[in-house]
Amino acid sequence: MDTLLKFENFGFKYDAQSAPTLFDINFSIKKGEKVLIAGPSGCGKSTLVHCINGLVPFSYKGKITGSLSLFGKETRDLSLFEISKHVGTVLQDSDAQFVGLTVAEDIAFALENDCVGEPELHDRVMQVAKLVNIHDFMGHAPTELSGGQKQRVSLGGVLVDDVELLIFDEPLANLDPATGKQAIELIDELQKKTGVAVIIVEHRVEDVLHRSVDRMVLMDKGRIVADTTPDELLSTDLLAEKGVREPLYLSAMKYAGITVTPDMKPGSIDTVRIGEDEARHIQDWYEKAPSDKAPADTDTILDVKHLSFSYDGKRKAIDDISVNVKAGEMLAIVGTNGAGKSTFSKVLCGFEKENSGEIFFEEKDFSQYSIKERADRIGYVMQNPNQMISKVMIFDEVALGLKSRGVSDEEINTRVENTLKICGLWPFRKWPVSALSYGQKKRVTIASIMVLEPKVIILDEPTAGQDYRHYTEIMEFLTTLNKRGITVIMITHDMHLMLEYADRAIAFSDGKIIKDADCAAILTDSDIIERASLKETSLYELCKKAGIPDGTDFVRRFIAYEREVVRQ
Amino acid sequence: MNNLFNYIEKESPVHRLTGATKFVCLLLWNFAAMYTYDTRYLLVMAILSFFLFALSKIKLKEVSFMLGFTAVFVVLNNILVYIFSPQHGTEIYGTCTYLFGLSGKYAPTAEQLFYHLNYFLKYLATIPSVILFVSTTNPSEFAASLNKLGVSYSVAYSVALALRYIPDVQKEYYEISKAQQARGIEMSKKAPLIKRIKSASAILIPLILTSMDRVEIVSNAMELRCFGKNKKRTWYMGRPFKWTDIAAMLFCVLLVIIAVFLNFYNKGRFFNPFI
Repeated sequence: MDTLLKFENFGFKYDAQSAPTLFDINFSIKKGEKVLIAGPSGCGKSTLVHCINGLVPFSYKGKITGSLSLFGKETRDLSLFEISKHVGTVLQDSDAQFVGLTVAEDIAFALENDCVGEPELHDRVMQVAKLVNIHDFMGHAPTELSGGQKQRVSLGGVLVDDVELLIFDEPLANLDPATGKQAIELIDELQKKTGVAVIIVEHRVEDVLHRSVDRMVLMDKGRIVADTTPDELLSTDLLAEKGVREPLYLSAMKYAGITVTPDMKPGSIDTVRIGEDEARHIQDWYEKAPSDKAPADTDTILDVKHLSFSYDGKRKAIDDISVNVKAGEMLAIVGTNGAGKSTFSKVLCGFEKENSGEIFFEEKDFSQYSIKERADRIGYVMQNPNQMISKVMIFDEVALGLKSRGVSDEEINTRVENTLKICGLWPFRKWPVSALSYGQKKRVTIASIMVLEPKVIILDEPTAGQDYRHYTEIMEFLTTLNKRGITVIMITHDMHLMLEYADRAIAFSDGKIIKDADCAAILTDSDIIERASLKETSLYELCKKAGIPDGTDFVRRFIAYEREVVRQ
Repeated sequence: MNNLFNYIEKESPVHRLTGATKFVCLLLWNFAAMYTYDTRYLLVMAILSFFLFALSKIKLKEVSFMLGFTAVFVVLNNILVYIFSPQHGTEIYGTCTYLFGLSGKYAPTAEQLFYHLNYFLKYLATIPSVILFVSTTNPSEFAASLNKLGVSYSVAYSVALALRYIPDVQKEYYEISKAQQARGIEMSKKAPLIKRIKSASAILIPLILTSMDRVEIVSNAMELRCFGKNKKRTWYMGRPFKWTDIAAMLFCVLLVIIAVFLNFYNKGRFFNPFI
């Protein structure tokens, strides 16, 4: 009885939907196995997770066909609570799933519900807290914890139950690169210590494969299209075909004309074998690849001098920040949570008042402008589009800012129509906002800012939680705006985004700017990487393996090649 | 963090009582103090309150905001009572003793001043007990003990859960309101009321929508960890009832009995030294 979980010709249709979400699912998980499930948004991977942890069919109703068994028992004959005894789920948003007032209570939650009494309750909570290394924070409230610590707590919260299968639903979504890397290491370590089976659902394949997995399942349109080892799967072009980003080192190898085969062990940058032949290919490509052109020198649009701000008057959230932004630039601001990235943009927009320092916009002193007047020049788009949308119809939502500025109806019409066209929302102009996908809603919020015709637009995590296809869609859209002369500032954790789209990056740490340089220079500087909680790009490792001495230049050429050759 | 419950963790006999005990005592205590105007009784209650405060090791500095707030309120309240019914004391006590050789509607009378003394004592007897409850009761432990008293655990837990999410919602409200102001939603007092109500919807709708998303995640997270599985649950922060809890509650019951007794003895709610 080694099989833990088995899908046989399994299908599922939500009651609220006309077509099934899952078809012909056949796969099984053995005890102690570690499996990565990848696939684009809407491929059915979340539904699959719900089927395994029992939310389907017990919370989300629908029709099941075929069979899904846990230890040989049909799950639909069990109850949600019986399933929870064996299957623990760490949800995507570790912030929202924190139900206790303190760390200890959150870990204790499942035990409390199971009527575990004292002294066992306290003992087991302490035991688990030590296992996930959070025992020094037992009395802390969720707001006092970092993203990584919150994830340790949610892990502890499911591990108290002696589960045999752990599911992680997009564990990397809200973490900065360094914390994400630690999370993957923690999962690996716990799996080895406890012997549980692990399912990781994630579209950031390269980051998950930082630690080895036994199998990789690729889903698309409700079906499983591949179920094999990472080495096998990464030797095919399936990932890219299905809209999942393939690891960067693999892209580079393919550009260099290398045929990737399973025996090269392409599953991870640590294992991939670069022989003499391959190294020569990569060197040849490197020499021929175009070197990055220096960006055209334009006028300064935003000049920030010695800006400081503190929320509580004690700790400076931003400390002596000086930045010079050129018109038409595409700029990334990176750094760990709490480093001051968001605070910086809030002070720029006038949401918070600086304690000292100056801001000049097109050489005019910005400090006397109100929030509203600043918004005419610098637009701010929040991370979650639901935080901004307040109208039912798309047209009204986009028109909102103009209406409150007392613009005439006629002008509102033409300006909104123009903006909708630029933003690719023209076909939807008569739709209600609720009918749109997440990515489209994001566009609506960007459109509702663009309509005010700001010269600079700041976006907080523009692509958070988006799969590769939507990510590309949003970023290409921002690039077109940028080509129309809009200066784009992006606050992001996503290193791919900064590599692929930003001309320059500013790294924040502890409220200070620790580096202001082009992205290749930042992502190959190990000191900055550590302090800004970033992660070294695998390209750097690849070029070491291929014997190329100048890693920064290699990364620069890779970026230029992608922009000029691949994306055209 | 500014929390509804400004719980201050300390080691004291008051802290050691369970939340439910303190809650029951709070109700009984305040009922007793509200019920009677007997000056002697109120004086004893006020002294007792301050004794309890000392016992709890809560420093005045730590609750200075709440104290200051109520002090202003007490003074204002007294002044208003005097302005609107300067003869209230005379009506109650049935005599009229002018002081300082003055007379007239607003002239001070011994009865009125005595009434104000009682009024003031009432505050002294009640306010400290409320502040004491708020600052010595751990909200999670309070939820646990409510459940022990027979309140259903889903209701009791929702108390704790609400406290858990208040800071999140506050933060979100602040961010949404700033972003909407940037789009030109006028929230300041300059705008007319109707416009401001309309503007509020531009903040409330996104706030409600994002909160609904959160509710779905939270309820999934709770169900996946077996909330609602059994008719009962245990509480990590729960504490057993001890004899001190029983004693504290009995003491408060005694206070109520005395208050009721005084009502008969004084033939009314007021103790009258003027006859």
